[in-house]
Amino acid sequence: MFGMKQKIRVAAGQGFWGDLPDAPVRQIEGGPIDYLMLDYLAEVTMSIMQKQKTRDRAAGYARDFVPLMKRILPTCVERNIKVTANAGGVNVKACAAAVREVARELGLAGKLKIGIVTGDDILDRIDELISRGIELHNMDTGEPLSTVRDRIQSANAYLGAAPIVEALAQGAQVIITGRVTDTGLTLGPLIHEFGWANDDWDRLAAGTIAGHIIECGAQCSGGNCQYEWQSIPDLANVGFPIAEASADATFVITKHDGTGGRVNVPSVTEQLLYEMGDPHEYITPDCVADFTTIHLGDDGPDRVRVFGIKGRPATDSLKVSISYSAGFKAVGTLVYAWPHAYAKAKMADKILRARLDRLGLRFDQILTEFVGANATHGLLAGAPPPDLAEVQLRVGVRGNDRAAIERFTKEIAPLILTGPPAVTGFAGGRPKVEEIVAYWPALIPKAEIQSLVEIIEV
Amino acid sequence: MKVQLTKLAHARSGDKGDTANVGVIALREGFYPLLVREVTEARVKEHFKGIVKGDVERFELPNLGALNFLLHESLDGGGTVSLMTDAQGKTFSTALLRMYIEISDDESSKLGLT
Repeated sequence: MFGMKQKIRVAAGQGFWGDLPDAPVRQIEGGPIDYLMLDYLAEVTMSIMQKQKTRDRAAGYARDFVPLMKRILPTCVERNIKVTANAGGVNVKACAAAVREVARELGLAGKLKIGIVTGDDILDRIDELISRGIELHNMDTGEPLSTVRDRIQSANAYLGAAPIVEALAQGAQVIITGRVTDTGLTLGPLIHEFGWANDDWDRLAAGTIAGHIIECGAQCSGGNCQYEWQSIPDLANVGFPIAEASADATFVITKHDGTGGRVNVPSVTEQLLYEMGDPHEYITPDCVADFTTIHLGDDGPDRVRVFGIKGRPATDSLKVSISYSAGFKAVGTLVYAWPHAYAKAKMADKILRARLDRLGLRFDQILTEFVGANATHGLLAGAPPPDLAEVQLRVGVRGNDRAAIERFTKEIAPLILTGPPAVTGFAGGRPKVEEIVAYWPALIPKAEIQSLVEIIEV
Repeated sequence: MKVQLTKLAHARSGDKGDTANVGVIALREGFYPLLVREVTEARVKEHFKGIVKGDVERFELPNLGALNFLLHESLDGGGTVSLMTDAQGKTFSTALLRMYIEISDDESSKLGLT
């Protein structure tokens, strides 16, 4: 293809909704990039956004995306950096309208197009789908969705790279989507730039794995890295990752010069294994990637070459993420000090449970943890040393009866005056009762989902 | 002699619903066959007794010198349902590295462990 770029640099700016706010700005300002990729949506995020939209028809997307665009759009336009972001949540159009508004304020009218990708939201179609025999069985338990039908809060199919490619082909510079896969946000630009065919499974798998490596932000460039963690330089100034891809579908993971953190084979390997299931089949809407074919090699300081990746044809279904209301929970904590901190915390737990029993409160689950002794590794941590400086008692309850959970929250603070001594850490007041929004994974035939691409001019 | 896995591997863990995954990566290429031989599904299930209620599945990634373990039914329902501090299984990585394996003195000197 004439004029095709040799290398495309896709930079990750957010590993989740709430990641370092300045990271995308630093990706833009720190050196050359072609695309800025922003992943905002975790499984639970969609239901939070759905709740916000129920209260306010103009809400339901990652609101901080708009002020971010305000900061970076002038530079993006000047340097022709494109943005792919699943910031639209459950209200993609409202998000796009807000971005158009700030673009106009910046005097960018006529200078850029915004691509809007929808079609993922199937909340209004659930009954129709079930009535036609598409039962959306839970992938883990096998139960049909009708079991929780009246408690559903959001339902979204995972779209792949295709609508992003379409939006780019129509000249969009900022592409805002709903539930598009994290990996599609990186793969889409590569398909667009290199003209990969939609059945070139090896290349699609490579682009997917590039997306997987950078989708959690700095978690591949030194953050949360166990390998020689003490010597990883300047995490305060950690560089977020960049996938520098070539048309042959090999790529290099790197970061901007002058940033902290570290990109090496161990740091990238750790991220490759993150949230992995069966490595032979990493299933996305675009292809099935085989992680047992990935090869990594050093390519100089803070550069890792990734090559050899094989893929297989995509399946004929899409994953659907459904959230539903599943009862209530609350967690209370208190801190016990030396001496005998662990013994005191244990006694307090015993007293608390006796009182809950006497009140006749029933819960689906009561869980006690002793933070400082065994909260993370349980029995594997062994017996705690006798002279611990302090232990945090942490008791959680879960159940369908909100009143019982509410009553539990009134039993924590009284332990201070009615239980073992040298106790503190109650400044936060009564624990809060939280509604549990659970997650229901299912599959839907691809033919049922049509993604929609709309382009708006600023 | 007994060797703790911290001397042989690094790891990262995450979650998928009520399943925790732990990727265990050999610190040196030569350690990988040892991990394959010793860190079996059965050993890992035994190691996490009382913590992992379901099955343990293991997958081999020789290309990365790594093993991937799926620890089913280990997160109190997982995600937003779980009451655990570590509802996302993020610390299962180092919990697995607490494991000790038995190797002969001969093998340990060959691998430079003594």
